[in-house]
Amino acid sequence: MAVTIDDVRHIATLARLGLTEDRAAALVAELNTILEHMDELAKVDTAGVAEAIGVGAEGLPVRKDAGPPIPLARSIDAVAPSVRDGFFLVPRLSTHESSEES
Amino acid sequence: MTAPSCADLRADVAAGRATAAETLSAAIRRAREVDTGADRLNVFVWRDDADARAQAEALADRLADTTPGPLLGVPVAVKDNIATLALPTTCGSRILEGYVSPYEATVARRLRDAGAVIVGKTNMDEFAMGSSTEHSAYGPTRNPVAPDRVPGGSSGGSAAAVAAGIVPLALGSETGGSVRQPAAFCGIVGVKPTYGRVSRYGLVAFASSLDQVGVFGRTVDDAARGLGVVAGHDPRDSTSAQIPVPDYTAAAGADVKGLVVGLPTEYFPASLDPAIRARCDAAIDRLRSLGATVKEVSLPHTSLAIPVYYIVAPAEASSNLARFDGVRYGLRLTGDGLRGMYDATRSGGFGPEVTRRILLGTYVLSAGYYDAYYRKAQQARTLIAGDFRRVFDSGVHVLFTPTAPSTAFPIGAISDPYEMYLSDIFTATANLAGVPAMSLPIGRVGGLPVGGQFLASHFDEPRMFAAAYALERALGGEAHA
Amino acid sequence: MTAAATAARDRWEMVVGLEVHVQLKTRTKAFCPCSAEYGAPPNANTCPVCLALPGALPVLNEHAVALATRAALALQCAVQPVSVFARKNYFYPDLPKGYQISQFDKPLALGGWVEIGRRAEGDPIRIGVTRVHMEEDAGKSVHDRFPGATAIDLNRSGVPLIEIVSEPDMRSAEQAGAYLRVLKQILEYIDVSDVNMEEGSLRVDANVSARRRGESALGTKTEVKNMNSFSGVERALEVEFARQVAVLEAGGTIEQQTMLWDGNAGEVRPARSKEGSHDYRYFPEPDLPPLILAADWIEQARHDLPELPAARRARFASEYHLGEYDVEVLTADAHVADYYESVARAHGEPKAAANWVMGEVLATLKSSGQDIARFRVRPADLAALLGLVRDGVVSHTAAKQIFSRMVATGDPPAQIAEREGLVKVDDDAQLAAWLDEVIAEHPDEAERLRNGEKKLQGVLIGAVMKKSKGRADPRKLTQLLSARLGS
Repeated sequence: MAVTIDDVRHIATLARLGLTEDRAAALVAELNTILEHMDELAKVDTAGVAEAIGVGAEGLPVRKDAGPPIPLARSIDAVAPSVRDGFFLVPRLSTHESSEES
Repeated sequence: MTAPSCADLRADVAAGRATAAETLSAAIRRAREVDTGADRLNVFVWRDDADARAQAEALADRLADTTPGPLLGVPVAVKDNIATLALPTTCGSRILEGYVSPYEATVARRLRDAGAVIVGKTNMDEFAMGSSTEHSAYGPTRNPVAPDRVPGGSSGGSAAAVAAGIVPLALGSETGGSVRQPAAFCGIVGVKPTYGRVSRYGLVAFASSLDQVGVFGRTVDDAARGLGVVAGHDPRDSTSAQIPVPDYTAAAGADVKGLVVGLPTEYFPASLDPAIRARCDAAIDRLRSLGATVKEVSLPHTSLAIPVYYIVAPAEASSNLARFDGVRYGLRLTGDGLRGMYDATRSGGFGPEVTRRILLGTYVLSAGYYDAYYRKAQQARTLIAGDFRRVFDSGVHVLFTPTAPSTAFPIGAISDPYEMYLSDIFTATANLAGVPAMSLPIGRVGGLPVGGQFLASHFDEPRMFAAAYALERALGGEAHA
Repeated sequence: MTAAATAARDRWEMVVGLEVHVQLKTRTKAFCPCSAEYGAPPNANTCPVCLALPGALPVLNEHAVALATRAALALQCAVQPVSVFARKNYFYPDLPKGYQISQFDKPLALGGWVEIGRRAEGDPIRIGVTRVHMEEDAGKSVHDRFPGATAIDLNRSGVPLIEIVSEPDMRSAEQAGAYLRVLKQILEYIDVSDVNMEEGSLRVDANVSARRRGESALGTKTEVKNMNSFSGVERALEVEFARQVAVLEAGGTIEQQTMLWDGNAGEVRPARSKEGSHDYRYFPEPDLPPLILAADWIEQARHDLPELPAARRARFASEYHLGEYDVEVLTADAHVADYYESVARAHGEPKAAANWVMGEVLATLKSSGQDIARFRVRPADLAALLGLVRDGVVSHTAAKQIFSRMVATGDPPAQIAEREGLVKVDDDAQLAAWLDEVIAEHPDEAERLRNGEKKLQGVLIGAVMKKSKGRADPRKLTQLLSARLGS
């Protein structure tokens, strides 16, 4: 399964990595070399084997529906790049853009 | 190494023979020695000596407590991916440059509650992705034993802090071997606990199903004390185990008569460096002479570890690192609109190894590839874990292996990413299976430290420490010769 | 529509599936103990977890699980003993982690249904519920507050939601509307959400396709978003269906895309979508082990389910012998139904109670905009008032006055009746006295009544009622009047 430059561009878009064309081209080779080594995996018979998810047999611990909230030692304003009236600001989205970006 | 141990420091401070301020001063003095000038080791990324002094001075009030804290007055170092309140948490990355966490990691709080003083945040491969601490935005760290060589990674700074005699105890993190391998390269002890043994709340996530906070110690005892302080259930971490924490130092005097030590053949391949093999053989002989039973075992799916690890870890990382988008904290660079901001911030903020792994991780999760890569890898992971379960169920108590396939390599020597990934070949299986593992020094080759690794079954750290304490005592000075 | 257009429409069948997101009424968020309350200043209800600070981790709210389970059971779903949280990965500024914690191939519940009515032949119309799963809400993006910028408020980020996915079983906009109304009523009855579309605690996305009548294969569907009301959903479906039919009739094909409803213009427009369809790269959430629900816990939750609307309607019909209309009105709101039952049981006459609750009570609530939860007239007191009427202690007219006083003061009826002198008077002497006065005041009408104009009886009686402030017993009065004026 070789990765192409189109694949790299597409993946870089999904991951919002902002790759230059040069970098993208170089990464095609790098990724393919790495993925070649994964071929070992394809040879293994994993029919009927469960995926390794979850930690203990006890399952997911839950908490009570109550506070107090987890405190912050200092206001988030101290670390935020752009804050006004308590809102985080980002460059304006066009209102006609779909509600999610893919 | 003449640096004092956790136990000695704590005893001195508790008895009033020294103050925490004094023990801290010694640590800062040593830190300045190694981190100044052209050949600085570059151990610490962040230090605030004045703040550390203030913390140390405040500890004087704790002396009167009935239980003044198991690490009272002990200076410690913390890896730069663990959230602390006083010092920045930047994960060796430009994208978090200057970010000071508004909350504290559970392990950092437990250290402070135990009376330890955090000297500084240590250098690391960016977002813990690396095996040499050469991939930091803040420059490489040098190995204190051989400064033209790498200290290992990704927790190279914490390993160097202990190896250079600055602190007896440091926290690192493991995902594929990032504590044990640097411990081996630097000639110190490094422990990866059972997955879920130590809280991850406040550990910046790389691969959530693999990450664990790990402990470096000058000696096994230092590491045992450190682990005892940070381990234990945390309600803020849904993957943390509700299992009581035993006293790991209780294994200090234990003898290993009747201990069954397994040697997995896959970790002693024909290609293993003969000098490393010789050190391992010597250690194994020592265990035998102490009364341990040594037998060959097999972990047949070991060869899958690197492919599985390099699918699962980057996949989870690609998702964990999506929050670094310039919106709420960290670096923000601008471009054309919102999309431009994302692209500029992430391309400007992430280094090449991180970019590579995010791409790889995104790819193996993407439509059409998920089943062949991610799902397949997670299935193979079950097989790897099954190997360990079978061996431990068959009456083997601990496994012994070399920690790393080589000694510390020169800075800049390995540029091929996949070749670097192979450094994890003996360590990644423990992360994938979730079992505890630790490395301790078992000798030197060409003046460079060699590490031997013990692995045990889930939550059987006591037995693992027993073996390590015994071997350390038996080897004595040979461990550093 | 022209005849041709109608004919075209009739060749095609609308197929609709609905995805409904419902905010659960928990006090705190799904994965952190921040308050889930609406209305706080921007970003006041945030913490390391819902801000997605580096190193933060999710911990699940047990009440969110309880409410989600209750909803799934009320929709007749099979609650799964093991379900798995998954990450849905995408970039958006109000999604702080860059992924949403949701559920993917192992959701909380599968395979339920909702009955939305009956066909002409009498068999029920059931809409299948494919699945119910848990997830967290995103924050809010405000586009018009600051020029050139979008403002992000993460108070809503992490509030627990359930997503209810229906089978593509609806065949008309009307059915879609019915489904939503029934769903909303069920969820209100079991008190898991405010289910208010205007406030955003209920959101609807529709999937709609067209196929030739008689065909069994499904056509290509489009997703329609941005409807703000149930009628908006119905209108949007009609408009999109018409658009699809026009395309298909002209020999074209439907492009699978997302359409946004513009309620003002009454149009759908394609959303400006990015390169290709979404690739969310779902994988199991490594920070949350699988959710394991014990069989007896699920059974207990089923046992604890409040009576659902359909069951309540059936019971009202059989237990209280009420007709369909009364049943519908009285069971529309669970709290009104509770109120009614308390009154009916205390009073003992369900029909009388029904008339009063449907009439005076609901009218009062409507005009004052009040919630029955805050209604001053306690059911026991209303029952007492009905008892006074039944026993002839007060007249029906007086009862209405007493009721108004009860609404204003919350005082019990007997006390009000006494205080305001509204107790019915059937003392012959007093009635006769009033009658005399009224006859004297209305000589003309009295004369005409004497001469046989029976309808004037009402005028005279009405006058006595007025004079007596409603206290005169009309029956006695009528007898006396007949006797006096002999007719």
